[in-house]
Amino acid sequence: MTWIELAPTVSAAFLASLVECVEAATIVLAVGTVRGWKSAFVGTGLALAALVVLVLALGPALSQLPEQALQLFVGILLLLFGMRWLRKAILRGAGVIPLHDEEAIFKSETANLKLAQATERWGVDPIATATAFKGVLLEGVEVAFLVLAVAAGSPVLIGPAALGALAAAVLVTIAAVAIHKPLARVPENTLKFAVGVLISAFGIFWTGEGMGIAWPGQDLALIGIAVVLLGASLLGVRLAAAPAQPMEAR
Amino acid sequence: MGTLRAILHEIIGLFVDDGSLALALVVWCALVGLLMLVVSGVTMAAAGAALLAGCVGILLVNVVAAARKRRGAGP
Repeated sequence: MTWIELAPTVSAAFLASLVECVEAATIVLAVGTVRGWKSAFVGTGLALAALVVLVLALGPALSQLPEQALQLFVGILLLLFGMRWLRKAILRGAGVIPLHDEEAIFKSETANLKLAQATERWGVDPIATATAFKGVLLEGVEVAFLVLAVAAGSPVLIGPAALGALAAAVLVTIAAVAIHKPLARVPENTLKFAVGVLISAFGIFWTGEGMGIAWPGQDLALIGIAVVLLGASLLGVRLAAAPAQPMEAR
Repeated sequence: MGTLRAILHEIIGLFVDDGSLALALVVWCALVGLLMLVVSGVTMAAAGAALLAGCVGILLVNVVAAARKRRGAGP
């Protein structure tokens, strides 16, 4: 496979994972800052181990499904997932709902952790470990689903998609370790907008393939679908931002 | 149990945030699939265009409706 064929899969996995990793990093930072780094790392490690088990169990199970059924199933899931992100990004872009604020989430998490009584079992703080475990597992499940889903067309794509996700995780870890603060400057809504467009495009493409649609231009149709979705989403921001016209003005 | 329930809730929440958007998208996909089975002579390009146009239309109607609803509800 060439880089041109791999680029949409790798970039979708990378960008989507970047958003999820930033959210997981905020929780781990909050736990580490308030309750100690040992519990934060133990919780994170346990969650990563659980994710590996999940992927190892689900990956081969998915490959047992007939290709067309798998494309349809994954396509519809990706479509629902991508459109959900896109809807939220459009409404945030239009100022209808507030932007995601990592600083505020960090403050809220640290406040909750400070309230809980400190205890110790097996050398770690159970509340802190569970908080880090839950945060990393929940965001990680989304990453695992995305990696499996964007690669659903071909098992050959699972490796490159996983590499994209791993690159995002490494990048966020380095940044979080370096600045020791929530990564509030990451333009999360712009990322969600881009990822929503990409994932929705994959969703429409795979759903169509699963229905038996032979897209004009084959894989290149994916780019065309993404361009249409991007244009429509920008239009959506304008439409959602525009105040409703009063009846008399019509 | 609480963690498992939260994970399950989160997994469902991955796909369904606004129920009407998810339902409309699934129904539209089913309609296009049905159309391809029932109506003979539907070209692949037309089916693909219908699938894309419908999904885009559903998204736009949903965000405009959500924006109006939020504004109507006030700050």
